[in-house]
Amino acid sequence: MEFKDYYSIMGVGRDASADEIKRAYRRLARKYHPDVSKEKDAEARFKEVGEAYEVLRDPEKRAAYDALGTQKPGEEFRPPPDWQYEYAGRPDEASEHSDFFEQLFGGLGGRASFRSRGLDTAGQVDVTIEEAFRGTERRLAVQRVSVDERGRPQPATQELTVRIPAGVVDGQRIRVASQGQPGARGGPPGDLFLHVRLLPHRWFRAEGRDIWLDLPITPWEAALGETVRVPTLGGRVDLKVPRGSQTDRQLRLKGRGLPGSPPGDQLVVLKIVTPEPRGAADEALYRQMAAGLAMNPRQSMEGSS
Amino acid sequence: MTDVISAVLLDESVEFSLSELCSLCSVTEEIVVEIVAEGIVAPTGRERAQWRFSGVALTRVQRVVRLQHDFGVNLPGAALALDLLEEVERLRRERR
Repeated sequence: MEFKDYYSIMGVGRDASADEIKRAYRRLARKYHPDVSKEKDAEARFKEVGEAYEVLRDPEKRAAYDALGTQKPGEEFRPPPDWQYEYAGRPDEASEHSDFFEQLFGGLGGRASFRSRGLDTAGQVDVTIEEAFRGTERRLAVQRVSVDERGRPQPATQELTVRIPAGVVDGQRIRVASQGQPGARGGPPGDLFLHVRLLPHRWFRAEGRDIWLDLPITPWEAALGETVRVPTLGGRVDLKVPRGSQTDRQLRLKGRGLPGSPPGDQLVVLKIVTPEPRGAADEALYRQMAAGLAMNPRQSMEGSS
Repeated sequence: MTDVISAVLLDESVEFSLSELCSLCSVTEEIVVEIVAEGIVAPTGRERAQWRFSGVALTRVQRVVRLQHDFGVNLPGAALALDLLEEVERLRRERR
């Protein structure tokens, strides 16, 4: 078991006052709170800070911790043989603790001593846009801590396969019922909440349930209006490019976005691609167009500045 | 275990009753009533017994309760923080 230096976790000196500790906690909580933070390991850091605060805010626990003396963090730790700590146990403080904390401050460590619902847990899953469209499965490893008859926590890693339904959007939360921490004294288990992130796609870009696609077309397809094949998440469809279209024209394929009620649309943005002139024949064609299709696309800019 | 467990999208299509919401968020009905009065979530249904909360509402209630507890702010403060956080998240998504 590793020794935890609660003072350095909080970034305060060993002689810090209760006020300083509270200030440090508030500041770190704002930085690492999983609801607020964009730091990568926010959740783990927040738990660590919460645990440190739980010990250092309580004069009794802090005194007991101080009596251990100093050790390097991460150093192998065993409680002294004469270690005695009777924890009163506040049932509202059920939270996850490190082994170090559990060893020092009792297996109950604030865990409810009456029937109560297990804690909710959280995780993140990254899915591709195709998976969001069709639904997918993910194998996840979850950490579960159950409490044995003697009140000691028993951590275990379990694997589970979660079916992610079709129609998740970026930032969506999904609930996996009863897969959080086990309840105490026969209480129901908590839930597992997963935060879904959509991975970027080569062509498609999701905005909520709508899917955006830049579609390259030729100048003659744009000018004459032609039916072109367009990829959608459900497969290729025919799309009629209206005659006389310009780049950035948006065409809507109703209901071809991510499923839901209502389903999203696919928005196709036309991008005219000009053929590169390769050789004299191509150049002649362009010159012919220049002569026959006289136009000035910068007309509106002229005369002003 | 090879069982496949189904996840449920927490969007507008799922519904929770007041008592389901309370048990999922580990809060009393009074707290949810205050949260509704603060305008943080708006259930459908007139009487409390008919109140139905969406999956989006569940997430908001859970977050506002956590923010209140972990930062020691009052409910209007937590509601403001939640609105701002959601705005930041929306802007970040748009920028990607």
